[in-house]
Amino acid sequence: MKRSNEPIFWSLFGAGGVVVAFILPMLIFITGIAVPLGILPHEVMEFERIRDFADAWQGKLFIFAVISLTLWHSAHRIFLSLHDLGIHWGRGFFRWLCYGFAGFCTLLTVYLLMHI
Amino acid sequence: MADAKKTIEIEILRYRPDQDQEPVWQSYQVPFTDDMSVLQGLQYIKDHLDGTVSFRWSCRMAICGSCGMMINNKPMLSCKTFLREFYPAKIQIEAMRHLPIEKDLIVNIDDFIGKLESIKPYIIPKAARSLEQGEYLQTPAQRDKYEQFSSCINCLLCYAACPQYGLNPEFTGPGVLALLHRYNADSRDGASAERMAVVNADTGVWGCTLVGYCSEVCPKQVDPAAAVNRNKVNSTLDYFYRMLIPKGEASE
Amino acid sequence: MTTRKPYIRSMQGWWLKNTFYKKYMIREATSIFAAIYALILLEGLMALASGAAAWNDWLVSMRSPVAVIFHLLALAAAIYHTITWFAVSPKVAPNIIIGKQKVPAVAITALQYAIAAILYLTLLWVALSI
Repeated sequence: MKRSNEPIFWSLFGAGGVVVAFILPMLIFITGIAVPLGILPHEVMEFERIRDFADAWQGKLFIFAVISLTLWHSAHRIFLSLHDLGIHWGRGFFRWLCYGFAGFCTLLTVYLLMHI
Repeated sequence: MADAKKTIEIEILRYRPDQDQEPVWQSYQVPFTDDMSVLQGLQYIKDHLDGTVSFRWSCRMAICGSCGMMINNKPMLSCKTFLREFYPAKIQIEAMRHLPIEKDLIVNIDDFIGKLESIKPYIIPKAARSLEQGEYLQTPAQRDKYEQFSSCINCLLCYAACPQYGLNPEFTGPGVLALLHRYNADSRDGASAERMAVVNADTGVWGCTLVGYCSEVCPKQVDPAAAVNRNKVNSTLDYFYRMLIPKGEASE
Repeated sequence: MTTRKPYIRSMQGWWLKNTFYKKYMIREATSIFAAIYALILLEGLMALASGAAAWNDWLVSMRSPVAVIFHLLALAAAIYHTITWFAVSPKVAPNIIIGKQKVPAVAITALQYAIAAILYLTLLWVALSI
C-alpha cells in the first residue's frame, strides 16, 4: 500500500491549530477589537512600537508563526472540508490551490520580515 | 377490566429487494411496557404484526454486536436501547448508515470483514515460541495499554457514525483501526510494522478528520477515535524518521 | 433465495442530519475566520514594511465597522476552535500514567486551558509593555 504524504500537512495543521488556540483569541481581541475601539490605548499598536517589535528576532518569529501556521492550518481544514461538503472533483487542483496559497503567503511573510 | 394498554409507534425503513425500488417507511403500533428494549419491540412486530420484517439479533445483552441500527437517526444497539427512552414519541428505525441495505434492517458488512482480515487481528509472536517456554507473561500495566480496544464487539456502529466512511468506503474505518491498534499495543505481538502499512496509507488513519462521532456511539467505550488519532502521531513520527533513515539501508 | 439488490443511501446533506455533525462542520468552518485574520495580519505586515503612512492607513481600516464586526466574529470562531481543540486533543495523546493512574482526558483539557490563560495574559502584558 502506498504511503500517504499527509503527515507533512497534518503536522503543519497541528502546529497551526496550537497557534490558533493559544494565541489567536487574545491577539484578535487586542488588534481587532480593543485597540480599534479604544479599550486599550492606541499606543499599543503605534508604528515605532510595532516596528521595533518586528525588528527583534523574537518578534519576527512570532509574526511568522502566527501568519504562516494559521494559514497552513486553515488550508488543510478547508481542503478537507471540500470533501466533507461533497465536492469530489478537482481534488488535485484544490490541493495545489489551498496548500499553494499557504506556501505563497509563507514565502511572502518571510520576505517582508527580512526587509523590516 | 385492565386499563387501556399503552402503545408506542415504531416506524421502520422497509426494503425488500425483490419488490422495492427504494426503501419505504412503514409504521406499527406496539404494546409498551417500560422494561422493553427496542429489540423486543421489533420482535413483537415480527411475531405478531408482520413476519416479513427482517433484522439481526442474537445475545440480547450488548456483547454479540449483531443488532446495530439507526434509532431516531443515531447508531445504537437495539438490545441496549429502551422504548421508555422515547415513549410516548414515535421511534424511527433504519438500517445502519453508510452500509448497503440488503433487506430492511440488515446491512452488508463484507467490507468490514475484508478490512478486518487485512490487519491480521491475532497475536503474531515476535519470535517463534515453543510449548516448553510456557505462557506469555503480561503485567497489568502492559494489559492496560490495549485492553479498552479489545472490548470491540464488531457491531459497526462506529461505521454507521463515521461520515468519512460514508463519503469514501475505501477508508479503513474506526473499528478496524481500533482493532489494529489493539494488536500493535499488545506486548505479546510482534507485527506492528506489517500493520503500519495499513495505517500509513491515505485510506488508513489519514482518512479520518476526527469528527469523533465513532467514540460517541461506541457501546463498549472502545474510543476508536483515540486509536486512530494516536496512530496519526505514530505514522507521522515514522514518516519523518524514515526520511532520515530510509528502510533497506544498513543502519550501521 | 431472493435476488439481492443492495441499496446504497445518498450522503447528500449528511451533516445537517444531527447536532453532532453540525457542530463538527462549524468547528471546521472556524478555520475560514482564522485564515482571513491571518491575511489581515499579512496586510498589516506589508503596511509595516512600507512605512508609517501605510501602517496608519491599515490601523484606520481596522477601525471600520465592517472590520470590527469581522473581528468579533473571528474572536467567537477562535474561541470555538480553542474549546473544541482542547476537548479533542487528548485523543491524540497516548496513555499517560502517573503513579499507577492513567491521566484522564479532562485533566489534559484542563491543563491546556491553564496554559492558554497564562499565554493570553502574557500576550496582553507584552502588548502593553513593549
